[in-house]
Amino acid sequence: MTKTLSDITNGSKVTVSEISQSKLRVKLMEMGVIKGRILTVLYRAPFGDPMAIDIDGYVLSLRKDEACLVDVELMTEL
Amino acid sequence: MRIALVGNPNTGKSSIFNLLTGLRQNVGNFPGVTVDKKVGKLKVLGQMYELIDLPGTYSIYPRSRDEQVVYDSLSNLDSSEYPDAVMVVVDASNLERNLLLFSQVYDLGFPTMMVLNMTDIADRQGKKHNIEQLQFMYPEAIIVEANARAGLGKERIKNGLSNLISRTTTSRKLLSVDDFSNQEAETLERFEEIRQGLEKVVSKEERSEVKNKWDKILVHPFFGYVIFGFVLVVIFQFIYAFASIPMDLIDGAFAMWSNWMSNAMPPGVFTDLITQGIIPGVGGIVIFIPQIALLFFFITILEETGYLSRVVFIMDRLMRPFGLNGKSVVPLMSSVACAIPGVMSARTISDWKERLITIMVAPLMSCSARIPVFTLLIAIVIPEETVFGFMNLQGLVLFALYLLGAVFALLVAILLKAIIKTKKQGFLLLEMPEYKAPRWKNVGLTVFEKVRVFVWDAGKIILAISIVLWALASYGPGTRIETSINNAKQEAVEMQLSKDETDQLVASTRLENSYIGIMGKTIEPVIKPIGFDWKIGVALITSFAAREVFVGSMATIYAVADDGTTSSSLIDKMRQEKHPDGTAVYSLAAGASLMVFYVFAMMCMATLAVVKRETKSWKWPLIQLGYMGVLAYLGAWITFNLLS
Repeated sequence: MTKTLSDITNGSKVTVSEISQSKLRVKLMEMGVIKGRILTVLYRAPFGDPMAIDIDGYVLSLRKDEACLVDVELMTEL
Repeated sequence: MRIALVGNPNTGKSSIFNLLTGLRQNVGNFPGVTVDKKVGKLKVLGQMYELIDLPGTYSIYPRSRDEQVVYDSLSNLDSSEYPDAVMVVVDASNLERNLLLFSQVYDLGFPTMMVLNMTDIADRQGKKHNIEQLQFMYPEAIIVEANARAGLGKERIKNGLSNLISRTTTSRKLLSVDDFSNQEAETLERFEEIRQGLEKVVSKEERSEVKNKWDKILVHPFFGYVIFGFVLVVIFQFIYAFASIPMDLIDGAFAMWSNWMSNAMPPGVFTDLITQGIIPGVGGIVIFIPQIALLFFFITILEETGYLSRVVFIMDRLMRPFGLNGKSVVPLMSSVACAIPGVMSARTISDWKERLITIMVAPLMSCSARIPVFTLLIAIVIPEETVFGFMNLQGLVLFALYLLGAVFALLVAILLKAIIKTKKQGFLLLEMPEYKAPRWKNVGLTVFEKVRVFVWDAGKIILAISIVLWALASYGPGTRIETSINNAKQEAVEMQLSKDETDQLVASTRLENSYIGIMGKTIEPVIKPIGFDWKIGVALITSFAAREVFVGSMATIYAVADDGTTSSSLIDKMRQEKHPDGTAVYSLAAGASLMVFYVFAMMCMATLAVVKRETKSWKWPLIQLGYMGVLAYLGAWITFNLLS
């Protein structure tokens, strides 16, 4: 089963494997979430939503709904 | 020559704009949307340049209304913003993502300049740039380095402007806004090109730097809220308490000015218009300046430092069920002091629907102008008792009124969330910028602009309504006012009233027989079911402009001296006031009904004027006036019938 970004625990590194078809797909790409990119999950807001990730040195926050669109492969777990 | 200034959010674009144009800028609106359009001028070697600051965006293809402005301005030849050249501000510490927008703009074929900004942060991250290689990627662009925070790069940018190169090649055609699949393909292609190009441009030495170390505390599940709560308390304290010092001074100054003018000018209609219509009208605009300036002082600091995006981060989940955004918290909290800066600050919310809902419910938060009304009515109808052993009943009622407003603000927000339809799906996808010290010049310019916009745009409407209300309160049909004033004067002589008492009686008689007095009597059948008589009706109409006028109007109607809410003569008079059948006018039921009415009713033309400005149409302020009126009437009716 593929994991999405929303399943990943804080501190883990992942590689983006696919972005689900949706209106936000282009927007996510424009923000730097593209196939093959390495992301680090930094921390989450209270109630686990939204979450903050590191993309090549900048911090992006996104909601759970948006993180669900990003399929990832786990690289390192903390 | 017209230059469009574009760039990602948080690249220091507005700092570059301020650096180049200083105070030679003015703020308007882009046609059809509430997006600030800042236009500034600068002169290089005798050539005038007009710099237009376009909204920050990550891509030329718009995902919000603000970003649509960028697409339209750069693609529509007929648009009034269509530039002769483009200046793109690029964050040197995050080149890859920033170059996406740059390459899109570059391919449009305008003479293009790249301002490589924030070189200090890139340095701190150990990133070095090979400008020649960057130039190789975009051969026809002028590339200059700048550090706007430190004020560096102005001369380089100016030189660059006079060296702009007209373009010969354009490689890609601009796609349409909704052509998502081709946009995706193009974005991937561009990122691939950028990645390959950047291999030769950026060299990075690894530094073990803890990024955003403050985040550990500031978005902490417990301390995050404690700190934000503390920040709100400080802001609230300033707007609520400290702003009252300059506000009282302004109030006093305008009263003195009006007095002085009425003594200095010959009596007559023109003098009355100046001293009772125009001067108080202008005073009613100026009085809001301290609150607006203070609120924007704080909000700009929160934005500049990068803290605001952390606030959004921790509040987003809590506000979302209400159709609001993490950014709605600041406007709503400010509205507890005053809805005007609250509504204006909703501009920080980029999603149109969430911004609109915030604006629509903000005036339900009980503002400081309601306090004089509440304290007067509470003093009249609520006994000074202790309940539950330690709670002051009057204080408890005041708290309940605040709570009522806040609860209904959230309920109405839920309702609006279901009603208002948008095509665009709401999303967060927010960059959390690095923490930085605020730039005081930017803070100062923002405060100055917000105050100016309020005074000019909302001020016109406020002044016009003040003059209309003054005329309605000063004139009546035919000789009705003169006849009744003459009668009142005779009566005063017979009753041997003092000069002050006579003046009060004359003022009361004038108001009763003016158009507003007649209107008050006309609406009596409508307001009787909620427990109000025509005198309250008159006060409702006069205080339509501003709630706090209620107290002064009551004093005039009951012909007592108006010395504020502590005036015991007014309280006594109102307590003794009887209906023709002998029952008290200000019974518990009627008093409570009136308080509930003031919680809900949209009795503030200044807010309406600001909402009109912020939503770009009369539609939303009128809907607001309507729904709040309905809420007020129904709420008052229910209260009155439950308690009587």
